[in-house]
Amino acid sequence: MHNPRPISPHLGIYRWRINMVQSSLHRLTGLLLSAGAVVFTWGLIAAASGPHGWQLFAEFSGSAIGLVVWFAWIWALLFHLCNGIQHLLHSLAWDYGQQAMRDRTKNPSYWTTGWVVVGVSTVLTVLVWVLLVIRLTGGAA
Amino acid sequence: MSEFPGQSSVREPLKIARNWGASHTGAHHWWLQRLTAVALIPLTLWFLFFAASLVQLDYAAVLAAIGQSLHAFALILLTVCLYWHGMLGLDVIIGDYVHTRWLEVTLQIALRFGAFLGALATTLAVLAIWFARLH
Repeated sequence: MHNPRPISPHLGIYRWRINMVQSSLHRLTGLLLSAGAVVFTWGLIAAASGPHGWQLFAEFSGSAIGLVVWFAWIWALLFHLCNGIQHLLHSLAWDYGQQAMRDRTKNPSYWTTGWVVVGVSTVLTVLVWVLLVIRLTGGAA
Repeated sequence: MSEFPGQSSVREPLKIARNWGASHTGAHHWWLQRLTAVALIPLTLWFLFFAASLVQLDYAAVLAAIGQSLHAFALILLTVCLYWHGMLGLDVIIGDYVHTRWLEVTLQIALRFGAFLGALATTLAVLAIWFARLH
């Protein structure tokens, strides 16, 4: 079906900036977290279904694939959470709007806060990963 | 034909753009996406630590943890917000990238049924564990 609306130039002509990385990763992590919702549902149905169902879920969670899923889920959650908080602040017109958009003489301030989002979410992710590894190896964390 | 579709005739480009105008449901979608996002901040942070606390527990201990009234309540709230927020997000992704009309509509219908069934099944599972604890 032909849609005669104007389209924007191809993505490749733009120089990559942090907000473009954030935008792409927000969608990617959103997709991962949607898949995670299915695993979340499986876990609770497994728990409700009885010991055998739970054992299957626990074995999956402890397997190599399961651990990759859980560690990826932690990163996806914390990135989407931190980036989502920046989105919410932008929705309140904080750090976004006429001043941030139109002053061409300097970089927009949301580039700086974008790096803060990437930094904070990365630190939190590594922190939770370390705590989880300690717990998986039998520590008290 | 000129370079841009809006300039292909003597009509004002804005006039043509307006014919493709808003569906008038965008603000509702926008607001619910942010409402569920705010609710998901404390809920997902709590769940992160709740899930970590279940690591290497035996089955009875897992049921006891999920069946605690406050935990069951939080899990149900999380389920509703998670599926609602996810549905709104996937809705936008489908709208942006799927350009074959029949496929787009099919995916949108599947998404709505899927989100509803997922949320309902999860809620029933939590309630079943909670009721079993009460007896």
